[in-house]
Amino acid sequence: MAEAAKSGDFTSNLSRVYTVYTGGFLAFVVFLYILERSGVSNQTIGYLFVAFTIAVYAAIGIMSRTMDTSEYYVAGRKVPSFYNGMATAADWMSAASFIGMAGTLYLLGYDGLAFILGWTGGYVLVATLIAPYLRKFGCYTVPDFLAFRFGGNPARIAGIVVLMACSFTYVVAQIVGTGLIGARLLGMSFEMAVFVGLVGILVCSMLGGMRAVTWTQVAQYIVLIIAYLVPVVMLSSQKFGLPLPQLTYGQVLSELELREAALGVAVGAKHTVPFVRYDPLNFFALVFCLMVGTAALPHVLMRYFTTPSVREARSSVAWTLLFIFILYFTAPAYAAFAKLEVYQNVIGQPLSSLPGWVYSYGKIGLIQICGVNATDPAAIAAACGRIAGHPGILQLANFSIQADAIVIATPEIAGLPYVVAGLVAAGGLAAALSTADGLLLAIANALSHDVYSRMINKNAPASRKLVIARVLLILVAILAAWVASFRPADIVAMVAWAFSLAAAGLFPALVLGIWWKGTTSKGAVWGIWAGFLTTLMYLVVTRYVPWFGVEYLGMKSNVNALTGANLVDLAKLKAENAAQFYQSWVAVNHPMASRVGWFNVANISAGLFGMPVGFLVMYVVSKFTTAPDKQMQDFIDEVRRPRGKSLMGDQGSVLGH
Amino acid sequence: MSEKNVEAHWRKTSSLMWLMLGLWAFFSFFIHMLAPQLNAIRIIGFPLGFYMAAQGSLVAFVIMLFWFAKAQDKIDREFGMAEED
Repeated sequence: MAEAAKSGDFTSNLSRVYTVYTGGFLAFVVFLYILERSGVSNQTIGYLFVAFTIAVYAAIGIMSRTMDTSEYYVAGRKVPSFYNGMATAADWMSAASFIGMAGTLYLLGYDGLAFILGWTGGYVLVATLIAPYLRKFGCYTVPDFLAFRFGGNPARIAGIVVLMACSFTYVVAQIVGTGLIGARLLGMSFEMAVFVGLVGILVCSMLGGMRAVTWTQVAQYIVLIIAYLVPVVMLSSQKFGLPLPQLTYGQVLSELELREAALGVAVGAKHTVPFVRYDPLNFFALVFCLMVGTAALPHVLMRYFTTPSVREARSSVAWTLLFIFILYFTAPAYAAFAKLEVYQNVIGQPLSSLPGWVYSYGKIGLIQICGVNATDPAAIAAACGRIAGHPGILQLANFSIQADAIVIATPEIAGLPYVVAGLVAAGGLAAALSTADGLLLAIANALSHDVYSRMINKNAPASRKLVIARVLLILVAILAAWVASFRPADIVAMVAWAFSLAAAGLFPALVLGIWWKGTTSKGAVWGIWAGFLTTLMYLVVTRYVPWFGVEYLGMKSNVNALTGANLVDLAKLKAENAAQFYQSWVAVNHPMASRVGWFNVANISAGLFGMPVGFLVMYVVSKFTTAPDKQMQDFIDEVRRPRGKSLMGDQGSVLGH
Repeated sequence: MSEKNVEAHWRKTSSLMWLMLGLWAFFSFFIHMLAPQLNAIRIIGFPLGFYMAAQGSLVAFVIMLFWFAKAQDKIDREFGMAEED
């Protein structure tokens, strides 16, 4: 009772609590700035940032501990839509969004905007097609809904398999993200930073489940959005006297185009020219897969189970998108400002007078000049000197920058104090931890709720279920951190797969389960497997066993978006180097890896094939099997109207069945 | 709750859904197919095609979602299917 009263106080004081928190955080930043001015070392300041923010998240996690099932799985269903929007935005925006997105836009120009569009527009599908109905149903997990709507465990198992396939690689990538942030920005060892990340994740989620994750995610959103905006807002103020980089970068784009013309940049590398890296088919296929995938990712959908009502679930999706929008419409500004800096002050400069930030990030392997890490002027002078006829002036072709460098380097480009770089590190960490928390909870809840409580031991008392839930949470977290400690580049690259897998495996079943009463259990189960396996097959074959696709599945070389030339001459490769052609489990630099496919569709958009297959199989099999009975039809009607009780009680039992 | 009422509620809900999907398709795909042409127009320095993909469509999505939440709630209330306030 005392616990309930306390939580009631907390939810009615939310705005005050988080206003004080935000003020406290800003005061802390100012305090660190004063420390910096008085001579405290950069490393100490970086460590203080990490220690302070993680301590706050831990405190929230510990204060939100609970032994109540509904609190543990769905935060007691009393998270107001505004705060759930913030929590979902933090849940959604990963280390890749925070650190990598601006860099992707730097490298891909217009075509990189496919990610910006794809990772926002999907929320329209979430709100109109799925989330409010799942909220009304009142499940704890996505497989729970599939099991109930589609006749039990076969559908549940299919749902769990797709959920694991989408979420596990994703959570590993977040932990790798915390390792990289610690290593690059704070000078920790990678392993140490992974361990800090693991602790940060566990203290936020273990004791309080969804309830704790919700309130830490809100806190993490506030840190990450402040950290993301500060450097580029200050840069914009310096350059244009207007702290609105999202508007002023229009000017930057215009200047950038002039510089591109002066430097003779090829059309395929121009920043604002569309469809030169991705052809229109691949651009729109990617947008489509990312959007549909967004709408079916379990760690996102389950956040909408926590609102007090269906009405609030809907408005919560709108808030979510607003909070995501604030970061995503700023990312292209970062890219434009950084690119103009490079084109004005780096390219075309004598090698001896490059700006200092080039070396700061060259040292940690993010910038290469003339093929070597730009560690110091002597190293690049030597490397460029080996290129015959190099004029000693930096050429565009000799400069390469990693996507991750853009956001990280901006504070130094703008000449801001180190405290801002520390702030960016704290923001990146918040983004990685908040996403990892959500994913971890999605995985562990599927195991504890769907596998243990629903399939293995249906009659276990609630307290025992919660103990099991926590044990599984810790095990999954340790497993993910262990995999992350090997820095698996392949797994990080596989995160993009999650969207296509969710789009093909879960989206058709969720949409048809709600919107078409005729969907039968057999239809759904067959459809999930067909969509999921088609997509997985396309991903694995094109990436790892391309010869199999070419020989047996009619795949051809993909083509260059600009020239239409084949990316790889398959016939020539087969004739000249059959051993290489027939190689299986190829490395990423193999000439055929991710360069073959059907109809020139890149493997990142594999859902383009799998999703229609999923829908089609679901439809056809449903037509040939017995339609759902009257009871199920009534149940679907019930899900479709907001009024009335949720269909699952808060102990997870189904009312009236 | 009569059968008729249930059907009418779902018909209106479905129309709203299709309208949303139509707008979604327009701002996700159709408008960007014109990007090469739109880029010839400039607004405060932005080529318009670039602007639409970087900001314009995103603003549209946000507005659509707030409007949708209101519109669906209105439908639910009209048929007596909204939750208690």
